[in-house]
Amino acid sequence: VSMTVNGKATSVAVEARTLLVEYLRENLRLTGTHVGCDTTQCGACTVHIDGKAVKSCTILAVQCEGAKVTTIEGLAQGDKLHPMQESFKEHHGLQCGFCTPGMVMAGIDIRRRHPNASEETVRHELEGNICRCTGYHNIVKAIMHAKM
Amino acid sequence: MSATGIGASVRRKEDVRFLTGAGQYVDDITRPGQAFAVFLRSPHAHALIKSISTAKAAKMPGVAAIFTGKDIAADDLGGLICGWMVTDKAGQPMKTPGHPLLAIDTVRYVGDHVAVVIADTQEQAMVAAEAIDVVYDAKPALVNPADAMKATAPQVHSDVPQNLIYDWELGDRAAVDAAFKTAHHVTKVDLINNRLIPNAMEPRAALGEYDRGSDSFTLYTTSQNPHVHRLVMSAFIKIAPETKLRVIAPDVGGGFGSKIFIYAEECVSLWASKKVGRPVKWTAGRGEAFLSDAHGRDHVTHAELALDKNGKFLAFKVDTIANFGAYLSTFSSAVPSYLYGTLLAGQYATPAIHVSVKGVVTHTAPVDAYRGAGRPEATYVIERIVEEAARDLKMDPAELRRRNFIAPDKFPYQTPVALEYDSGNYAGALDKALVMADYAGFATRKAAAAKQGKMRGIGFAAYIEACGIAPSKVVGSLGAGVGLYESAEVRFNATGGVTIFTGSHSHGQGHETTFAQLAVERLGVLIDSVEVIHGDTGRIPFGMGTYGSRSLAVGGSAIVKAMDKIVAKGRKIVAHMMEASEDDIEYDGGTYRIKGTDKQMTMAEVAFAAYVPHKIPTDEIEPGLDESAFYDPKNFTFPFGTHICEVEIDPATGVTRIVKFTAVDDFGEIINPMIVAGQVHGGIAQGVGQALLEGAIYDPVTGQLVTGSFMDYTMPRADDLPNYDTAHTITPCPHNPLGVKGCGEAGAIAAPAAVMNAVTDALGRHIDMPATPMRVWQAINKSAPARAA
Repeated sequence: VSMTVNGKATSVAVEARTLLVEYLRENLRLTGTHVGCDTTQCGACTVHIDGKAVKSCTILAVQCEGAKVTTIEGLAQGDKLHPMQESFKEHHGLQCGFCTPGMVMAGIDIRRRHPNASEETVRHELEGNICRCTGYHNIVKAIMHAKM
Repeated sequence: MSATGIGASVRRKEDVRFLTGAGQYVDDITRPGQAFAVFLRSPHAHALIKSISTAKAAKMPGVAAIFTGKDIAADDLGGLICGWMVTDKAGQPMKTPGHPLLAIDTVRYVGDHVAVVIADTQEQAMVAAEAIDVVYDAKPALVNPADAMKATAPQVHSDVPQNLIYDWELGDRAAVDAAFKTAHHVTKVDLINNRLIPNAMEPRAALGEYDRGSDSFTLYTTSQNPHVHRLVMSAFIKIAPETKLRVIAPDVGGGFGSKIFIYAEECVSLWASKKVGRPVKWTAGRGEAFLSDAHGRDHVTHAELALDKNGKFLAFKVDTIANFGAYLSTFSSAVPSYLYGTLLAGQYATPAIHVSVKGVVTHTAPVDAYRGAGRPEATYVIERIVEEAARDLKMDPAELRRRNFIAPDKFPYQTPVALEYDSGNYAGALDKALVMADYAGFATRKAAAAKQGKMRGIGFAAYIEACGIAPSKVVGSLGAGVGLYESAEVRFNATGGVTIFTGSHSHGQGHETTFAQLAVERLGVLIDSVEVIHGDTGRIPFGMGTYGSRSLAVGGSAIVKAMDKIVAKGRKIVAHMMEASEDDIEYDGGTYRIKGTDKQMTMAEVAFAAYVPHKIPTDEIEPGLDESAFYDPKNFTFPFGTHICEVEIDPATGVTRIVKFTAVDDFGEIINPMIVAGQVHGGIAQGVGQALLEGAIYDPVTGQLVTGSFMDYTMPRADDLPNYDTAHTITPCPHNPLGVKGCGEAGAIAAPAAVMNAVTDALGRHIDMPATPMRVWQAINKSAPARAA
């Protein structure tokens, strides 16, 4: 399978059943994308495929043939964080950090689709991402106030 | 206040790593040649193992080895232990049934470990595990703790008659009975504290590695207390001596108690790494986490409160059955006893209290400490019964509480249930919360909601917790197998940077920032030149780890103690360098000044002089600037506060919406307000989860876990929760150097009672947690019993 990941061309022979998250974590060693469940509920594995947030545990690597995939490792420009990453830091939108990559990737997509998202919209849109640490209060703030 | 010192909301140092995908969790670590472990788990809640045939599975592709309980026994490994020996009311030690790493002849809960497969890939190990042929003789299962002592109940362990681990009590029963005879009114409640599944977002994982050259082991594991892991694996499991075992808990994705404990999987993976001569990695799937992480709560309680005609509490008695699950987990026995019974005075000057706790085993996953551990259960009992008493007596619930608070001038206050509270100002927190919650305006809001066909309710929780666990002598006298101090090492490097080694462990708490702020404040260094190292027995002197909101109060105190030694040594160095008397040297925030002169030296200059000791007498002062300290707390700390929850229920759907949640907490002095607020938010979310959404359900006949995935167990999501309105009062802890108490558990302790007091206020009747829409709707429509099944 061949795809562009974080701007770099990648091409690896994989078993047909390989999930995108396995491709990223095991074949490419991009371990920032996390696996928090086995039922597509928690969203820790969220990445962008051609700009859209997708749970990488529920799509096969072969389905991403030719796609442009962005993971949490691909957001910052050198030392300059993406505005969503910056906002999570500023608003204390993370604690243990495990759900964080998925939250950031989902947050960017929420703001892409709802540039002036209300709190209600952000909370509704975050249904597919579970955090056990923050109580969401600061995650919601971080997504709403990211300077995108 | 400096911009990065004590009291500043410093943005977290650890964040960039987590935000850029550079965190290193156990499953992110790969060792050369690593194999993968998969555990075969029992599909039965209770069964005898007639035979295990591994022959077919062993021949499957990629399989390196398969081990069963017999292999563990052949190597003379010990079983898992419970580290706290509770003495029952007859003076007898509690029952301690065996807990083998892999089952020998009996399985006792769905998910119990039967065998382990080690293979080249996780998929191969999973496929081979399914090919192991186990013949079970299924037996009837015991699920409900309230049934455990019945004559007809299945026995979980042959050496635990009636399934009773202990029948424990605390307090003066005779005084309580006498007071009840004089009571003007008695309020009674029956409560179920629902069983919870911790669900840290990172599933548990372990990567064991044996090095033949040094004959030593390294274990990477998801632990809140790696030194305790090493201690237990060395002393009790007997995998290797402490000198030959390094335990590393790298970035850990949340714990909430569930990663305190020593589980079978990490022990077996570590042991197996030597057997197969390869590193062995095990990572739990979420389904495994549901089945095998230690669960929390699970109490059945009857309580009675006696009041006089003025609403003063005369006596309080509590009878609880607590479920331990199938085996006693690492600290389980202490949770429904010393972390529960001792908290039952709450904030009140109740003269007589008695609590009786029957701890029982059942065919369910082990139950142990989960965020709050005993204290949420105690707070729920106290605050529900106080609220019910106010309703019985038609008194304002705030006023009834105020009337019974321990007054600020009564501290230190000896409660009737063992603890001596060091400080408190309970009315202060209540008053502040009443204003923030606009309690005065509630009646108007309730009437307005009623016009819209909605039911509004308001509820309080005035809680106390005992944190900073705990003085070693005290816990030792109560049966703890360990001391509960903390260690720290503070190293000034020659070029001025500071490295702090702490035995506390951060798995979301932000220690790398908070502890660095201590160095900024006390040593005058820049926050970016401070590095905090935690979670590695190879680098840190010792540690008891993080739980019970103890990291700052105990771990932080150890750091401060080590810093004090640094400052004292620096003073000697300055005295020599400046030819001054030590008494004439003043120290403040990183700079030494000679009184009455303009001469001064910075800590960085002192550090350089210490490491390049050309000008100090090294026969009197050792070179270097590196000090360690152990701190044993003098008492528990006693955070307190009042949380107020206001709910609106839609009677058409039974949906409860939290319209306002107010939390006023007193954690003593606060180092980083941003981090503290985050801790409170997360605790409240877990408390709201318990009250409205979460509950582990086992099938009462088969013992199958019905709520075994995120599809079935309702985790709080963003749109289930409100914003939280948080504030503080500050009553410094009088007995530790920072005046701090601990903030990690308050939300989970207070919120369930506050939410349920609001829900029951709106409904006008009791229902049990979780107050799901179905249960609320049924209560409104009185079509079903309000009691939980």
